[in-house]
Amino acid sequence: MENIILGAMALGLLWSVTTLGIYITYRVLDVADLTLEGAIVLGASVAAVILQQGGSPLLATAAAMGAGALAGLVTALLHVALKIPALLAGILSMIALYSINIRVMLGSSNLSLLRVRTILSPLMDAGCSKNQAALVAGGACTVTVVVGLYWFLHTELGCALRATGRSPQMARAQGINTDRSKVLGFVLGNALVGLSGGLIAQYQGFADVQMGSGSIVIALASLIIGEVIFSRGRSMWLGLTAMALGAVTYRMIIALVLEAGMPATDLKLFTAITVAAALYLPTAKEGLCQALMEEKKEEKRYAGHQSSVKALGRRHSG
Amino acid sequence: MNTGRKEIQRLSALALSLALLAGCGQGGSPAASSGGPASGSGASSGQGETYTIGVIQYMEHPAMDQCYEGFVQALKDNGYDNVVYDLQNGQGDTTNLSTIADRFVSRKVDMVLAIATDAAQAIAGKTTEIPILATAVTSYTVAGLVDSDEAPGGNLTGTSDMNPVAAQIQLIADLVPGVQTIGLAYNSSEDNSVLQIKLAKEAIEAMGLAWTEVTITNSSEAQQAMLSLVSKCDAVYIPTDNTMASAMATVGGVTTEAKIPTVCGADTMVLEGGLATMGINYYELGYQTGLMAIQVMQGADPGQMPIQYAQNSDAVTINGEIAEEIGYVVPEQYASCVVYPES
Repeated sequence: MENIILGAMALGLLWSVTTLGIYITYRVLDVADLTLEGAIVLGASVAAVILQQGGSPLLATAAAMGAGALAGLVTALLHVALKIPALLAGILSMIALYSINIRVMLGSSNLSLLRVRTILSPLMDAGCSKNQAALVAGGACTVTVVVGLYWFLHTELGCALRATGRSPQMARAQGINTDRSKVLGFVLGNALVGLSGGLIAQYQGFADVQMGSGSIVIALASLIIGEVIFSRGRSMWLGLTAMALGAVTYRMIIALVLEAGMPATDLKLFTAITVAAALYLPTAKEGLCQALMEEKKEEKRYAGHQSSVKALGRRHSG
Repeated sequence: MNTGRKEIQRLSALALSLALLAGCGQGGSPAASSGGPASGSGASSGQGETYTIGVIQYMEHPAMDQCYEGFVQALKDNGYDNVVYDLQNGQGDTTNLSTIADRFVSRKVDMVLAIATDAAQAIAGKTTEIPILATAVTSYTVAGLVDSDEAPGGNLTGTSDMNPVAAQIQLIADLVPGVQTIGLAYNSSEDNSVLQIKLAKEAIEAMGLAWTEVTITNSSEAQQAMLSLVSKCDAVYIPTDNTMASAMATVGGVTTEAKIPTVCGADTMVLEGGLATMGINYYELGYQTGLMAIQVMQGADPGQMPIQYAQNSDAVTINGEIAEEIGYVVPEQYASCVVYPES
């Protein structure tokens, strides 16, 4: 049981970097960027191919991030320079990346990392299990990214990015070059997605051209789980941390559904039901609190009424 | 202050509900099990003791399902009745495979059956102790699963679904005398398909015939691709390609209408719309894997068991229904190979 929980937490932390990436595009910049589905595989393929050629894990991970940034840049240029709507620009990048990813993996659709040293190897040499190592690496990465983003979003450049997402007209009126901000947002978001893809490939032991399918849905689910359960538009610290917690929660839910021994073909159905239940929880709790409070008020009113009746009675008798 | 307390309450409510969910699950039994005491002579574990096999399958797919059924039957036929199967399906999501692998490792299952390459890679990365039997993997060395096919070296061995491509191309020449151009259809992103197509082209060229090809990336593109292909060839060859296999009904519709004979890599594909195959029966392949599993249960070291290839790959299957629809007269010597899909 501990191992599956540990594994789910590790996976969640590795995925949380993707969730933070989509937070930049979907929440801060306010565009739905589908580049993610391709960028996550691009990160994985770049990391895998470098590792297979004997490159160092750190270089492979950094290159994965760089490749993701490049994918973001392409989407951004399609959007900003060619004036293609953001949604379609993302879709185009995603489609193109499918072929590019196969090229990156030297014509193969699946590269194995089972027999090479990865970024987790030094930790495993030190006696950690694979899941513990991934937990440490994923945790360190997530904390770094959260702190880094917090800092960045408060710099002048970061503020310009946020302003562009909130109201492009207003931002332009303030002298912000919104096109530049958009490019920055796409690049930054997809760099994180690429980084996450590179880490996931090293953890699961392979890069596969199909591994991105459905990732946008998972990332959005994690983002919304994070927001609904852990933060509701409060401080930025909480907002960023909630992304990580959301990704971990999503993975936990899958682990728990698996643990519960549902019929194998119902995995996705029960995942959806559990996510729906988790999202309803805060609302249900608020409803319950409200009902309780009203009951208390009712009691108070009733008690007040009683005492006034008594007081009246005393006055009459007196 | 108040906000903080609310936050804690909210978190604890979530934790409680998740714990409840997990609690409910404890009572649930694994998906498929065949309990009861050992009845045969072969069972190594004693009466009442069960042997747990975790089954990790990449996605729902007729060929993969049959591997599992064949595997189970092999164990049953040899008296291993007290085996509990913990069947888990990644439903096509590679990240789920990682969590399924964790489940098997934390439950300390006695053996894992991995169906398809991604599933085998996911579990191989998680344990070096639990013996792993894999099937529906074409090349174990390319997938990085073993040191070599002859001596795997680790805790993993299994059966390959590499199909006899050259023999299948020969089958086209036998079934369609006078064939000039053979059309090839496959998903260019599937490693296994690319490898098979390379072999197919070599075989076709060796026979002095021509080939033409179309590639697709998902099953929704099959219709269009096939329509363009059938106008350019006399016969179609489709390797054991997962995407094409999922789209066989569509593919069969197009080739039947164009009256083009189609030879496929697997008999499951033939039954869903192809004309003929000579090749792998995934049920038999699963059965063969099951026999290997029995050796491991009796103490053999998977690291020293060579990867096995399908033993009965000379079986020709011809879909009688399709033959009638395209007006194809089955040659005398193949009359016994004609089957009709159960409807």
